[in-house]
Amino acid sequence: MQGSSLLQMHHIEKRFPGVLALNGVDFELRKGEIHALMGENGAGKSTLIKVLTGVYQKDGGEIVVDGESVSIRSPQDAQNKGISTVYQEITLCPNLTVAENMFIGRESGAWIRQKQYEKRADELLGRLKIPARGGQQLGSCSLAVQQMVAIARAVDMKCKVLILDEPTSSLDDNEVNMLFELMRSLKKQGVGIIFVTHFLEQVYAVSDRITVLRNGELVGEYLTEELPQVELVAKMIGKELDELSSLKEVDEKKTKEQAVLYEAKGLSSTEALPFDFKIRKGEVNGFTGLLGSGRSESVRAIFGADKVTGGEVRMKGQSAKISRPIDAMKAGIGYLAEDRKRDGIIAELSVRENIILALQVLNGFFKPISRSESEAFADEYIKVLNIKTASRETPVGSLSGGNQQKVILARWLLTHPDYLILDEPTRGIDVGTKLEIQKLVLKLAEEGVSVTFISSEVEEMLRTCSRLIVMRDRHIVGELKGDELNQEQVMRTIAGGDAKNGQ
Amino acid sequence: MDNKSKKVFGLNLGQLTIPIIAICLLVIFNLIRDPGFFAIEITHNNDGNAVLAGNLISIINAASELAILAIGMTLVTAACGGQDISVGAAAAIAGSTFVKILKTPETINGWTVLLAFLCACIVAMIFGSFNGTLVAVFKIQPMIATLILYTCGRSIAYWINGGATPTVESPIIKAIGSNIPGMPIPTPVLIVIGVAILFKLLFHFTSLELFTQSVGINGSAARLNGINSTFIKLLSFIILGVCVAFSGCIGVSRLGLINHETLLLDVEMDTILAVAIGGNSLGGGKFKISGSIIGAYVIQMLTITLYAMKVSSTDVKAYKAIVIVLLVVIGSPVIKAKFAKLMSRVKMNQTRVSTKGAE
Repeated sequence: MQGSSLLQMHHIEKRFPGVLALNGVDFELRKGEIHALMGENGAGKSTLIKVLTGVYQKDGGEIVVDGESVSIRSPQDAQNKGISTVYQEITLCPNLTVAENMFIGRESGAWIRQKQYEKRADELLGRLKIPARGGQQLGSCSLAVQQMVAIARAVDMKCKVLILDEPTSSLDDNEVNMLFELMRSLKKQGVGIIFVTHFLEQVYAVSDRITVLRNGELVGEYLTEELPQVELVAKMIGKELDELSSLKEVDEKKTKEQAVLYEAKGLSSTEALPFDFKIRKGEVNGFTGLLGSGRSESVRAIFGADKVTGGEVRMKGQSAKISRPIDAMKAGIGYLAEDRKRDGIIAELSVRENIILALQVLNGFFKPISRSESEAFADEYIKVLNIKTASRETPVGSLSGGNQQKVILARWLLTHPDYLILDEPTRGIDVGTKLEIQKLVLKLAEEGVSVTFISSEVEEMLRTCSRLIVMRDRHIVGELKGDELNQEQVMRTIAGGDAKNGQ
Repeated sequence: MDNKSKKVFGLNLGQLTIPIIAICLLVIFNLIRDPGFFAIEITHNNDGNAVLAGNLISIINAASELAILAIGMTLVTAACGGQDISVGAAAAIAGSTFVKILKTPETINGWTVLLAFLCACIVAMIFGSFNGTLVAVFKIQPMIATLILYTCGRSIAYWINGGATPTVESPIIKAIGSNIPGMPIPTPVLIVIGVAILFKLLFHFTSLELFTQSVGINGSAARLNGINSTFIKLLSFIILGVCVAFSGCIGVSRLGLINHETLLLDVEMDTILAVAIGGNSLGGGKFKISGSIIGAYVIQMLTITLYAMKVSSTDVKAYKAIVIVLLVVIGSPVIKAKFAKLMSRVKMNQTRVSTKGAE
């Protein structure tokens, strides 16, 4: 099926003030191929995509579509040339219906035929097996479904080149497989797909070819089957890494002797069903389960992020009342939220202000941290966590995803919590930073901080956690530790086989 | 990269660029038109006090109420992402309360004035918290929530003094409205300085600025960091209430009477404009009080310039609108981005030229 060249990018250059974001990058996409674009954050993937979709104007080089040299002036222009994109973050309008979102800005007629659109949307959604209706408000769908609607929109635009920028970061395994099926069927129709993702397994599951970028330069183009995973990672981060596999050597016996730090009995919130949970001092545990299994909702209940509706909580052996985030913070709990953009960063405020925020709240309204003190804090954590920012006064929104996440980590570390809850701290960030965060978690545990770590990558949790709590359909269905901590056992427990929780 | 483009004459002014350029242009325009426009002289008023006079003084003096309201409006805008359109009506209520209390005792001394002001303050804060509750607790859009008080505020002011427009005669009130004997600077200007210092201290001794901005930029994240965003929003309206009381009392003192229909009429729109000209986003978030204060003076300077050019008072609004459209368009993100592009191109050319020269 793979054949002639569909899209070629020659010596693309893109300059930002002070930075050469793309330095003579070549890229080629053939008909009917799935081509993974890989690289760490800041490697230039997003910039390349944005040049291709007309969001940025290239400073040098040439783009050839179907053998014709073209200049792409705007996203609309790109769409007209058959290049469609689905971005990592949902870029649709949550307050419009699914159908409106799928057809908005595409029909030239002034009259919007609501019913007709909804019918067409329903047909397409049905064909793609997406669980949504055309008349439904988009905001009422789960994040995953919203993402799939975005893909459906792109697919319906009869595109030649489909760009999927981190499409799977909010999908669970089932939905990922559905998406892959869709991608394969599009491939058969001759569509060229550019697939950007951080999930290595997914690259190997679906892609034909891999192009690796690093620091704005092309590292190389490879056939997926000829490039082992370890080599790919090495090419992405520019050094051999054998530590990737052997990170954790936590002495489990030691944590067993430690006192229980936090204990909840029958804790429930508006979003979470009652559950029991405890964590010892210096322990790293994890909540796992599919999207919607209740793992995030449960930890949110611990922090009081949703309205707590019942249950008993003991912190360091003493009864504690945690019904709002501030209560949890005062009890020594920190919480890094799943959705970094919505619940984490204060985008327009500086790195410094973002770092001191939680500590400032704890100190109270009438005891502001002085400028010099806050500068010292910011400098310290920028250094400790190796946050890449132009200065401490840079708005945090202009940092890359991984560095934003580090800023939020710094915010909580600054409060010196006894118990830190990290919900998907590594989502959508590069391999190098992921590793740094994992190491940090283990280091914190060694220092006596209890950590709850949630990740949709099971492997990552196996590497860091000494105990895994498995959830399905909003209930805890198992607890795995010791020898049970292996991929197969976790999968079986999630899927609801006969795996018992070791009793 | 954005900051660099905002450098003016080597100074990094950030969001203050537009208001400062606006004020400079107005000054230059006036100096060309009439070199003596900004002349300040010392004259003697009716009581025989030496006072400063001149166009510049009238501009700064007349903008006092607007400047104070703009300070409070900036906070509300930042925290709630919307504006309070009832400030004029609320100022009429505060002013009426002020007069009502002043009229109660036989004679007016310093203490009665202070008491009257505090009562006006409390009343304005109560109405502020009414607005604030609608916005913060019931999540009604600020403009809709404050529309209620905008509509009925002046009626309430009318009731307070039983439908009359009573006058207050007292040297103290006169001193507040014009000049304190022996002090050449108009008192309203001094009050603005006092209020500005008060806010400076407020920001220095509390976390109001950080919390307000956090709530305004990302309410959800602020909540998860333990900030009580309902309280912060409510607080911003209460603080605006204090500003309203200051403005209302100054307005009353200037005339020595309360006219609930005309006191600070249409000031709400000017206030919102001052905030916008000051480079603050009307969608909330990051803010700069100094920008709004400069914005208030820009508006007032514009008005007085137009009057000085013999534009009739009915036409002034139209001319004002033209200038404001220009200011707002220049300050818009689209023009800013175009400008930044132009600057970077100029810079690139310069470096090219210099490197060529080096070769």
